[in-house]
Amino acid sequence: MSYFRAENLSLHFGGLKAVDAVSFAVEKGEILSIIGPNGAGKSSIFNLISRIYRPTTGRIFFEDQDITEQPPYDIARLGIARTFQNIELFENATVLSNLLVGRHRHSTTQLWQELLFLPSVRANEKVHRRRVEQVIEFLDLEPYRDKLISGLPYGVRKVIELARALCSEPKLILLDEPSSGLNVEETGDMSFWIRDMKSELGVTVLMVEHDMSLVNRVSDRVIALNYGRVLAMGSPAEVQQHPDVVAAYLGA
Amino acid sequence: MRFLFKTDYEDDIKLFPHSGYVVSYGILLALLLIAPYVLSSYLMSQLVFVCIYATVGVGLLILTGFTGQASLGHAAFLAIGAYTAAYLQKYNVPFPVYFLAAGALTGLIGAMVGFPALRLTGIYLVIATISFALIVEEILARWESVTNGNEGMRVKTLSLLGVTVPRDSPTFYFLCLAVLVLTIVGTLNLLRSPTGRAFVAIRDSETAARSMGVNVALYKVKSFAISAAITGFAGVLFAHKLSFISPEMFTLQLSIEFIIVILIGGTFSLHGAVLGAIFIVMIDPFLTYLKDDLPGIIAGIAATFGAGAATAGNIQSKVAAFASLNGLKGAIYGIIIVLFVLFEPLGLYGRWLKIKLFFQLFPLYKRATFKRQKIYVKSERNR
Repeated sequence: MSYFRAENLSLHFGGLKAVDAVSFAVEKGEILSIIGPNGAGKSSIFNLISRIYRPTTGRIFFEDQDITEQPPYDIARLGIARTFQNIELFENATVLSNLLVGRHRHSTTQLWQELLFLPSVRANEKVHRRRVEQVIEFLDLEPYRDKLISGLPYGVRKVIELARALCSEPKLILLDEPSSGLNVEETGDMSFWIRDMKSELGVTVLMVEHDMSLVNRVSDRVIALNYGRVLAMGSPAEVQQHPDVVAAYLGA
Repeated sequence: MRFLFKTDYEDDIKLFPHSGYVVSYGILLALLLIAPYVLSSYLMSQLVFVCIYATVGVGLLILTGFTGQASLGHAAFLAIGAYTAAYLQKYNVPFPVYFLAAGALTGLIGAMVGFPALRLTGIYLVIATISFALIVEEILARWESVTNGNEGMRVKTLSLLGVTVPRDSPTFYFLCLAVLVLTIVGTLNLLRSPTGRAFVAIRDSETAARSMGVNVALYKVKSFAISAAITGFAGVLFAHKLSFISPEMFTLQLSIEFIIVILIGGTFSLHGAVLGAIFIVMIDPFLTYLKDDLPGIIAGIAATFGAGAATAGNIQSKVAAFASLNGLKGAIYGIIIVLFVLFEPLGLYGRWLKIKLFFQLFPLYKRATFKRQKIYVKSERNR
């Protein structure tokens, strides 16, 4: 059985088939990229997995568990974290508290304990903080800890969103265009981090990406989508030479 | 300027980041403790109202400032707290019991209001909370067997552990102060733990909060319940302070006053609730002063500029008529809100921070420091 599996997944808005009977599987510890022209349904697949949309048909399995009917907040608890195409950070909070929100799925304290800030809460806070510091070190975010998000440049925000997702200690991470808006150097950093996430943290990565150089550098496998349907699946080189993919990008 | 050298995670958890805070808050507390023996009884009474309004302000800040859910229904929560106290008092329930019962009941009703509010945002939520406040006001007026209807209810003098505490005694002031301080400390504790961060997360991006594992519905209801419970506690003190309560005290205007408290104080910090409460409580005597003295002053100015006695008298009566117009207070409140939102969106506490920074960085302060930064596009469609 596969680690993560989408079976016959569809999302229809009236007559528009944003995602149309897509099936794919992600193996544990691999980096799978989804590519495709604009409007191909890549981000919609992510929104289906993180339950922002409810699939019209199809089922989603994670670690042999059917998660299609799970409420959205439980998806994170199962160990699936994500980033967003347009950055979705908590603008008026510090970097540190943004990252600590990433630890939310691990918080065990009750409301009344927190009101009194009992020693157990304090101890938990320190554990959370230690994990956050590991992620800060991993992604070189040390200079920004106490800064407000609203004052940070776009490239840094992109990394902080990745950091927030990593703070939840995910098993599977969904990256929605990790390199959009980044310059060449930042994209290079991003590709190293994605590979390190796989090799050092053992995270499985599912990513939507337009930048083919990044896709080629990091992906184990690639899926090409167009009009909500799978065109091709395989190694980066195979997919790029697939006649349907060439047709979709360049026109037949 | 002071640079904090952090050596422990504890440094980011502490309530007082450095010893300067301990000293300044210690002095403030000492001043507040000797206040009843120094200040006039009128100012003491105003100070009690500041404590009560600030408590409500802290409650409203949790909901509006930190969770991002606007409410114009907090007068109703205050009323529920006040009436619970007055009603239970009739059956000789001791103060600690009805104080806690009022908070619990208000919290429960707050949670019930929170549920329908889950599907509403922005202006629609405001309308829903106004409707709730109007319903409560109507119930208070009609449910005569419990609330005594429009005749109102008399609230007996507070009796704490067998000792009577009159509403203008120092002990009552200390009680209000203790409730305020405990509320603030509890709220600060909440804000530095997962629940408080979840509130802030919901305020800034519900989609992201959800995908980080925050049960948005649950936390919104929690926020409503906590905010309402705090307001309920304040309601008990409010009832005792006024010693008489009736439905027309808990109108929309009172809810607007609470919004003014946090809007003028600053919606991003608990300091705002206290500063805003001082402002709103002190503006009342100021308005009365204007009403009483302004006509005479203007007539005097007119006379110095050579107006005849008849003209001056005419001006004086016209100004007096204007100053006692119905609804003038509401209009002044409206103008204050508009001016603050336009020119000082961070409120009085924001102004204080600017002044502080000016002196810390002197002469390097930049006016653009507090300018609103660019906000990148968010996925509105994912709501």
